Amino acid sequence: MSPLRRFLRTPEAIAGAILLGALVAMALIAPLLFPGDPQAIAGPALLPPFQDWSLPLGTDRLGRDVLAELFHGARTSIAVGLAAAVAALAIGSVVGTLAGFAGGLVDEVLMRITDAFQTVPSFLLALAFVSVVGPSLGIVVIAIALGTWTGPARIARAEVLSIRERDYVASARAIGMHPLEIAFREVLPNALPPVLAMSSVIVAAAILTEAALSFLGLGDPNRVTWGGMIAEGRAVLRTAPFLSIVPGIALVLTVLGVYLAGEGIVETTAVKRGLS
Amino acid sequence: MTRALILLRRRLVGSIFVLLIVVVGTFLLLEAAPGDAVDAYIVSTGGDAGMIELLRHRWGLDQSELTRLANYLWALLHLDLGQSVTFSRPTRDVILERLPNTLLLMVSATALSFGLGSALGIYAGARPGSFRDRFLSIGSLALYAVPGFWLGLMLIIVFAVDLRWLPIGGIETLASDKTGLDRAADIAIHLILPVAALGFIYLALYLRMMRAGMAEVWRQDFVLAARARGLSRRRIVLAHVARNALLPLVTMLGLQSAQMLGGSVVIESVFSVPGLGRLAQEAVASRDTPLLLGIILTSAVLVVVINLLVDIAYAFLDPRVGAGEAGA
Repeated sequence: MSPLRRFLRTPEAIAGAILLGALVAMALIAPLLFPGDPQAIAGPALLPPFQDWSLPLGTDRLGRDVLAELFHGARTSIAVGLAAAVAALAIGSVVGTLAGFAGGLVDEVLMRITDAFQTVPSFLLALAFVSVVGPSLGIVVIAIALGTWTGPARIARAEVLSIRERDYVASARAIGMHPLEIAFREVLPNALPPVLAMSSVIVAAAILTEAALSFLGLGDPNRVTWGGMIAEGRAVLRTAPFLSIVPGIALVLTVLGVYLAGEGIVETTAVKRGLS
Repeated sequence: MTRALILLRRRLVGSIFVLLIVVVGTFLLLEAAPGDAVDAYIVSTGGDAGMIELLRHRWGLDQSELTRLANYLWALLHLDLGQSVTFSRPTRDVILERLPNTLLLMVSATALSFGLGSALGIYAGARPGSFRDRFLSIGSLALYAVPGFWLGLMLIIVFAVDLRWLPIGGIETLASDKTGLDRAADIAIHLILPVAALGFIYLALYLRMMRAGMAEVWRQDFVLAARARGLSRRRIVLAHVARNALLPLVTMLGLQSAQMLGGSVVIESVFSVPGLGRLAQEAVASRDTPLLLGIILTSAVLVVVINLLVDIAYAFLDPRVGAGEAGA
């Protein structure tokens, strides 16, 4: 069976793939379907959904097209979610590999720093970081990664601790390879699978954190974000609740898609391991 | 008892190092911000160059970064967190005033998520693969995907705006002279929605962990032995399977405390609860560096204390813990 067909065996994985596929499609066709600035005024303010078919989901308080904002918001969510997860996994696996491979004082220092990062609530850290450096997409990505790299670091370290005793590491030492070269070319690649298994949880957490930051007004002001849309809709919660409901549903479906697809991947690889 | 004490001492020493890293790291991060406390103060109150000079000197901001860090640490030893710029009062007093509300919110939300989550997890895990197991497992995954602040807004739309059953925000009715039990009931009513918004997200986590843990325990020999002894299914589930699957959840309780504190920042903002989280947002908005630093530090201490308590509880619940560590 091909990996794709094996992946699509459970109904959960199929649902996840459909949700993620729809999200990526939204993000890709957003500039084609809604060219121009999604934050520009498109019609009368607070138009309810399903009234005017040129503005199917209506408009917000400032007369912006909600559907266009929704499509462009998907781009921000995907970009931040993926970039923050890649950054967190990269920082985490490098720190974890160094700590596990070097051992001794280096290990002790790196792990206490990891503890420190886990002791400060990651959302509070992100809040402080964005407020210090100023909100922009790149800064939001770094702020989220700062709070999420610790999990991958711990897992990478645990994996490296068992790998560094293996024979091929000993032979790499025997032929005189530089310890750093052994750590990053021999050990790190083999320690990656369990770290990568965390990616779906980290992507999901990154998307939710970005939404919460934007909701509090700390997102990139030049980009449409679903969290920012919810915050915008909150001002008219009584009269136009759909403005906060719609982007929230988009968020839930996105995160759910990430979780479901992640579970599907984990199950696929678990089956593969069971067979071999 | 001595075993638990040795464990506690080891953890305490480690925690002090960790907290020191937190203080120094956060101090340096917030120092890197453009503008200092005096700038923030002048923006809100106004003042001339002489005033700025005077304030910089009085607050010690004209000294070098290292000197100020040393001063901050020295003051910290005396539990002095400096002066809040926006409140013009000691940061410590402002924080202590808000802390009880956040603690109340956290403890209630934890009780809800842990209690209901593990109960539903036992219910699902008692019959692995059954309809209710699959339903609860998918349902909890969906719940876990919901952003807490959005869930809060939806609860407000339904219960405060449409049905008008519950207040829309705040911690108690303003300008009411309620005392004693009346006041407690008033606060409880105000807390229902924020606690639900914060607790339901983590409920899904405990449910899933409990279920996964039980699936693990079902396969072990002592469950087979219990079956062979002819015990009822109910007894096997509660006394053997669930009991052994509960321990990892206790650890999770400590690990999740930092997450929950972070989550309460947004929830407090949604429901206008005057707690630590909303204070953090206010500090960010008004660039009140000493206040933000104090809040981060207080949260870190809180997380350390909760984890210590969890460790102690764990040592009592599981006699194997600490026996090895104490010897090492």
